[in-house]
Amino acid sequence: MILRLALGSLRARALTVGLTVLAIALSVALFLGVEKVRTGARASFADTISGTDLIVGARSGSVQLLLYSVFRIGNATNNVTWQSYQDLAARDEIDWIVPISLGDSHRQFRVMGTTPAFFEHYKYRGGRALKIAQGHGLGDLYDAVIGADVAATLGYAVGDPIVVSHGLASFTAHEDQPFRVAGIVAKTGTPVDRTVIVSLEAIEAIHVDWQSGAQAPGHATPVERIREMDLTPKAITAAMVGVTSRLQVFKLQRWINDYPEEPLLAVLPGVALQELWQIVGIAETALVGVSGMVVVTALLGMTAMIFSSLNERRREMAIWRAMGARPRVILGLLVLEAVLMAALGAGLGMALLYAALALARPLIDSAFGLWLPLEAPGLRELWGLLAVVGAAALASLLPALRAYRLSLADGMMVRV
Amino acid sequence: MPVGSEPAAPAVRIDGLRFHWERGAGFALSVPTLRIAPRESVLLLGESGSGKSTLLSLICGIVTAQDGTVAIAGTDLARLRPGARDRFRAEEIGVIFQQFNLLPYGSVIDNILLPLRFAPARRSRAAAPRAEAARLCTALGLPSGLLERPAGRLSVGQQQRVAVARALIGRPPLIVADEPTSALDAATQDNFLRVLFEQTQAAGSALMMVSHDERLAPRFDRVLRLEDIAHTERASA
Repeated sequence: MILRLALGSLRARALTVGLTVLAIALSVALFLGVEKVRTGARASFADTISGTDLIVGARSGSVQLLLYSVFRIGNATNNVTWQSYQDLAARDEIDWIVPISLGDSHRQFRVMGTTPAFFEHYKYRGGRALKIAQGHGLGDLYDAVIGADVAATLGYAVGDPIVVSHGLASFTAHEDQPFRVAGIVAKTGTPVDRTVIVSLEAIEAIHVDWQSGAQAPGHATPVERIREMDLTPKAITAAMVGVTSRLQVFKLQRWINDYPEEPLLAVLPGVALQELWQIVGIAETALVGVSGMVVVTALLGMTAMIFSSLNERRREMAIWRAMGARPRVILGLLVLEAVLMAALGAGLGMALLYAALALARPLIDSAFGLWLPLEAPGLRELWGLLAVVGAAALASLLPALRAYRLSLADGMMVRV
Repeated sequence: MPVGSEPAAPAVRIDGLRFHWERGAGFALSVPTLRIAPRESVLLLGESGSGKSTLLSLICGIVTAQDGTVAIAGTDLARLRPGARDRFRAEEIGVIFQQFNLLPYGSVIDNILLPLRFAPARRSRAAAPRAEAARLCTALGLPSGLLERPAGRLSVGQQQRVAVARALIGRPPLIVADEPTSALDAATQDNFLRVLFEQTQAAGSALMMVSHDERLAPRFDRVLRLEDIAHTERASA
């Protein structure tokens, strides 16, 4: 009966209660949304690469190497010579090795040169392999396999021509050597979706007439001639490595890091990712803190609302007291009302978040390459909601204690 | 004490009562002696601000006197701890206010059954509380089918009758009414008092009503004037 009366009391003040619940709902949606994006980003990053034991590049920072080689964020400061790559590939510990060459672009998408082994060994989300949804893999020198987002954004289909630009923000295009879309990779939710994949030889081919970062003027080698040339690359950007035995990872890593011919760096993707989280951890904490403060503000608003309603409810409390309710029942009633408002707000906030996620997911994916999973709320989220309700109960203690004292002092004397 | 049989102790016994509000206007009230017998109906007359409501708060045990005895059906309220006093009030006293008697957001049935929530003995006296509430509503002339309606949607007259039903449910030995007719027009007042007396007698409860309306006097067994039984003081600010 008390619960029914508490609900009735809230219904009787539907407008103010509704606005308070809405404020709590929006703050909870923001709080959980930040948490969802945070964990989603981590999961998305962690899912991007799987089954690769080492990433090797020119010596720089491990996070930087991970970012440019796997996530196509930022640029390499240096390359790895083909000779070093071959020395590495010849090691006994190596099970497979995939070279990648970055530096060019098509529209806003990165172009990556690699070998067909990339399609065999690149794994994501717990070991899933890439699938060619349309067309086929790299066959001809000028074949390009594009990611799902590249195809969707630019409206490309198999057979369409592609002209690769030199560099990442350049007005110079390799127009004399156009590519052809040979295949489209099925959506992965990884940076592969936003990548144009060509062969390592093709990267070499389009730079035949280029020297020191610029095209030699007045000289364009015919494509037929280029096809007959030795297109073995002189350098690559990085390499993904799988070892025959996990036990040999550290030995191989040490060998690479101590490689005398050239300063190289080998990183374990998981370890580099952890370093990345440590770097962004402060920003994450700040973001969670700010969204937490929004929840606190909404709960303070609720407390103020309960405080402001106390005077007009003194008569109601006198009725409760006259009926035999102890002051602590009145205290409990106000706390119960706050808990109900917070629970309603938390539930509504959760519903708002999932509705917003369902609508915005494709937009977030295409804008930021972040595929947020639409899963049932986890234990962490449910604890978060419980914490909001608990905080509401605590916050309501202030006006509830005031009501407690008023009910003791007023007795049956209230005249409204 | 068994309820329903003729109790030996007075419904209300006050001896040497002295009370003053700890804070506020410094109002003080003293009542040397007052007795209300079981089943007796007493009208306490007094002007507004004369201390009637303070006396009711003392009789209901919502506030306690600094000196003297307030005993309801033989129980000295001062001997009860605050929680026990609240429960005692729920068990032994039915309260009717001047107006705004009900929780407007609760249904009629929720309002009537509210005191039973805090009074297990009274609840057991009511046997089947919902049926008893319906019977009281019918006896008080309330339309059937009103039980589930929100109390705030009833007319003032209907609300006062619901308040009577709430005071009478579980047959408490004492009904305390604080000017219950002041918000009613003359015709409604008359009808209301008739059913109030009928049902109070049927429940075997004593009735103590405070009012400033002397016209009500002939209906009661006894009429008291507050200035005759009590001494009040108001300290200058």
